[in-house]
Amino acid sequence: MPDNELSTLPENGELSAVDLLRFTTAGSVDDGKSTLIGRLLYDSKNIFEDQLEAIETSSKSRGDDNVNLALLTDGLKAEREQGITIDVAYRYFATPKRKFIIADTPGHIQYTRNMVTGASTANLAIILVDARKGVIEQTCRHSFIANLLRIQHVVVAVNKMDLVDYSEEVYERIVARFQEFSSRLNNLVDVSFLPISALHGDNVVEKSANMDWYAGPTLLYHLESVYIGTDHNHVQARFPVQWVIRPHSDEYHDFRGYAGRVAGGVFKPGDEVQVQPSGFSSRIKAIHAADGQLNEAFAPQSCSILLEDEIDISRGDMIVKPNNPPEQGQDIGAMVCWFGDQKMRVGGKYALRHTTKEVKAIVRELSYKININTLHKIEDDQEFGLNEIGCVQLRTSSPLYYDSYKDNRITGSFVLIDEQTNETVAAGMII
Amino acid sequence: MHSYRLSHIQQLESEAIFILRETAAQFDKPVLLFSGGKDSIVMAHLAYKAFHPARLPFPLLHVDTGHNFPETIQFRDEFVERIGARLEVALVQDSINSGRVTEEKGADASRNALQTVTLLDALEAGNYDAALGGGRRDEEKARAKERFFSHRDEFGQWNPKNQRPELWNIFNGRKHHGEHFRVFPLSNWTEMDVWEYIRHEGIEIPGLYFSHEREVFERAGSLLAVTDFITVRDGERVEKKRVRFRTIGDATCTGAVESSAADLDHIIAEVAAARQTERGTRADDKRSETAMEDRKKEGYF
Repeated sequence: MPDNELSTLPENGELSAVDLLRFTTAGSVDDGKSTLIGRLLYDSKNIFEDQLEAIETSSKSRGDDNVNLALLTDGLKAEREQGITIDVAYRYFATPKRKFIIADTPGHIQYTRNMVTGASTANLAIILVDARKGVIEQTCRHSFIANLLRIQHVVVAVNKMDLVDYSEEVYERIVARFQEFSSRLNNLVDVSFLPISALHGDNVVEKSANMDWYAGPTLLYHLESVYIGTDHNHVQARFPVQWVIRPHSDEYHDFRGYAGRVAGGVFKPGDEVQVQPSGFSSRIKAIHAADGQLNEAFAPQSCSILLEDEIDISRGDMIVKPNNPPEQGQDIGAMVCWFGDQKMRVGGKYALRHTTKEVKAIVRELSYKININTLHKIEDDQEFGLNEIGCVQLRTSSPLYYDSYKDNRITGSFVLIDEQTNETVAAGMII
Repeated sequence: MHSYRLSHIQQLESEAIFILRETAAQFDKPVLLFSGGKDSIVMAHLAYKAFHPARLPFPLLHVDTGHNFPETIQFRDEFVERIGARLEVALVQDSINSGRVTEEKGADASRNALQTVTLLDALEAGNYDAALGGGRRDEEKARAKERFFSHRDEFGQWNPKNQRPELWNIFNGRKHHGEHFRVFPLSNWTEMDVWEYIRHEGIEIPGLYFSHEREVFERAGSLLAVTDFITVRDGERVEKKRVRFRTIGDATCTGAVESSAADLDHIIAEVAAARQTERGTRADDKRSETAMEDRKKEGYF
């Protein structure tokens, strides 16, 4: 970024060099996921004394031999009693190079729903494989979800290497098996493999002394250095309007700012823009952040856009550029993951939220479901319930301005809401 | 070559502003909870930025235990005036006087738990349907699963098993009559992020956060300040020390730390080297291992 381009740029050079990586962890119940996260936090010195004291006490009272690092991430009383993890928990740690947000998703039956939620904001997924078990059904499921949600970077961490005598042969067999099956998952562009032992710390933060045959980086080094610069769409300009700022004050009498967060592309003062759904055109007069004007705005910046002309614009409208407009239409095909306790009703009506817009949608058809363990299509079963994933055709009450999810995760995604319970019942990715 | 990247602080700021605007857009009558502590100051600062040059589309609400450090109130009033916000104050003392709550007895007495009733009453009286708070997921383990939009039933209770999944940046604030939401725009911030942001933005914060001399005594591992609201027990030794506060809450349960950090650079260095979480100084969390989880279920922030 050129100097002085953005008034919001930190003056402190050290600060601007630190960026943010969001990752999710996937593993089945006993793969050692909580231990791995505990190890990452512990070895990177992100555990505080009072936290460590608390888990030392808990470990003793549970009769564990060693300090159980998994307890660091087991949050709630209800979970500790049952020894399971409910829902997605978020963890934070930092190294001098990067800040990290971990979406820690549990490995039990609600898994699909939770992993989809955690994956929706992640740049990277760690898929844990137990070295003794190798690639199993759940590995396939986790990889499928990472592929579906288009997480660009995947790390396959072969854990519990200590229990297979740190065997290179076992590791290579698992890598080969994973590559063979993941060749069907076209969106996994950057897959890395690592042999680790979360329990003993091999190749997590410190390089293992037990696996001379492995020449690659440690997990933390990989997380610190993986390139995430291209994870947002900076080509197709999309600005969903969230809120209209009208001060009604003497000083800002005619001020009308369209506030929102850039969902794609780059906006600059002077750019010709078009407003959907009205189709009116105008030019950008200025782009405001509270502490000054911006020379450009790109995803995921929050700002407000001022136009040359007075056009009637409200929440749910989208400012785009005329040379590469979004798709528009009322018939939407999408891959959907069902979250609701009640099954999806074909012919049923739901509220659909897409960017800042809410419309009604009718489910016209369930085209097929996917068996996420085998990746086979199921076309003859119209029951669609909790944790299932399938291809659905929707008809909306008014047009959506959207992109394919593969081009833009923000303008290509939506949720369905049950209008009776107000619960979020499905997550959708537009095909 | 132009690289379109935001630093982590810019990303967190952008996310928080997005959440603040969503709250204003999705709810009829939001309110921003303002304690005068650094997190709520950062929240109000972000809200100012989110809606500038218009005024905040919601008031600030201070749930006042009455057990304040005097500096906090003075700072609060000046700050509110500076950003041109409206401030409402709900007094725990009023809840006590009207018999809604009973004051805790004994030397350990704190009004921290009583706040919940005053808060819920104030939300109901004001018809507020969304309360913005400065809670962060890194603060405490029960907060790690908190949503940005946290649904509360008509009793103000949090049910950790029945929270709505939050995907991408789509937030579902739909609700039935009588239900409301707590909204946490700083969910993804850490204590360090808050400090770095305060330094970067040049935000003014109360002097209590900086090293100063004060009479303190030790109780259950915390250094508590001598104030009118706390009874020093036999055997507890009052000493003058150079201290500062990492959090500012009710004066009866907010512990100080010995520190010589007199400016932001030194505070940030100290936070970076800290061996205790900031809530490690909060006696209210030490009451039991699940103190926070239990309080949240009752409707505590």
